[in-house]
Amino acid sequence: MSTKIKFTFIALVLFSGIGLAFAVSFHQTTEKEYVTITPIKKDSVASVAAFKQVYKVLMSPRCVNCHPKGDIPLQGDNSVVHSMQPKRGKDGKGVYAMKCANCHQPSNSPGLHTPPGNPEWHLPPADMKMVFEGKTAHELAKQLVNPKLNGHKDLQQLIAHADDGLVKAGWNMGKGRTAPPLTHAQFKKAWITWLKTGAYAPAK
Amino acid sequence: MIQLTVNGKTENLDVSPEMPLLWAIRDTLGLTGTKFGCGVAQCGACVVHLDGEAVRSCVTKMSRAKGKNVVTIEGLSENNDHPAQKAWQEIDVPQCGYCHSGQIMSAAVLLRENTNPTDQDIDNAMAGNICRCGTYPRIRKAIHLASEIQKKNKI
Repeated sequence: MSTKIKFTFIALVLFSGIGLAFAVSFHQTTEKEYVTITPIKKDSVASVAAFKQVYKVLMSPRCVNCHPKGDIPLQGDNSVVHSMQPKRGKDGKGVYAMKCANCHQPSNSPGLHTPPGNPEWHLPPADMKMVFEGKTAHELAKQLVNPKLNGHKDLQQLIAHADDGLVKAGWNMGKGRTAPPLTHAQFKKAWITWLKTGAYAPAK
Repeated sequence: MIQLTVNGKTENLDVSPEMPLLWAIRDTLGLTGTKFGCGVAQCGACVVHLDGEAVRSCVTKMSRAKGKNVVTIEGLSENNDHPAQKAWQEIDVPQCGYCHSGQIMSAAVLLRENTNPTDQDIDNAMAGNICRCGTYPRIRKAIHLASEIQKKNKI
């Protein structure tokens, strides 16, 4: 091999190596990839601590009001039974002339305490009510990871659910309603941490 | 320009997409059978059908109604002979009458989806329509009668 060819070969190897190193270091792992490629590292202490943050949000009126014990949603910061008592219905979207979307528009109505809006406004369906109201942190954590009780969601779907349009609507609550106690970003971080450290349920 | 169908007629309205449908129905088209009650979806006086659903037109923006089929009390039947309208007249339901176009429009959705409603079904369907005169017992009676009329019409 001539000196010139040797030099070219070494240069190519060096440039390829540098290129590869840059590609690896600059590739930003997406949330989906991260979850897929990173095995769950079980850590019960971190998991329970994260769920305590999650629980504070899920038990706030913005979440619990549409996850009631009964078949009528709750409303307001004091979580009272919804005025005019709209019923859940089979699909969670109300019944007859009392369907959720008849009053709840695709976006918030203007004014204080007017109906908040979202295109997907509904309760969980009658065959899987996903009740939050009255649940302890232990009970709710167990329920959330049980596909028979959580809307048939696996780990990936649970993580994705943090960005569900109706979940995010909890932070777009309209005038006269208090936001959940964490920001959506803080909630999402705690939610994913809880799930990725083993989704441990608090003792109580 | 916003196009929609109102009582079977295509309308092109030069109104804001933010305008409540009720405003367009009453002020632009002059169909005053639909009433303004509370303006915040709490009373049911403004109920009309939007693609068959009993929406509250006071909070439904024109942007949502665009391209859709709207039916008001004026268009519910050709000769005021919808079973609910006939029953309302037979029972003489209204007192002051202000809420009753909304009541009838809600009842019509119930009767379409449930041809033989129980008292509980009626309560579930009509709980969002408030009547200041308290004509609720007559409303319930009229819906049962309307159900009978509807069944006879189909025979």
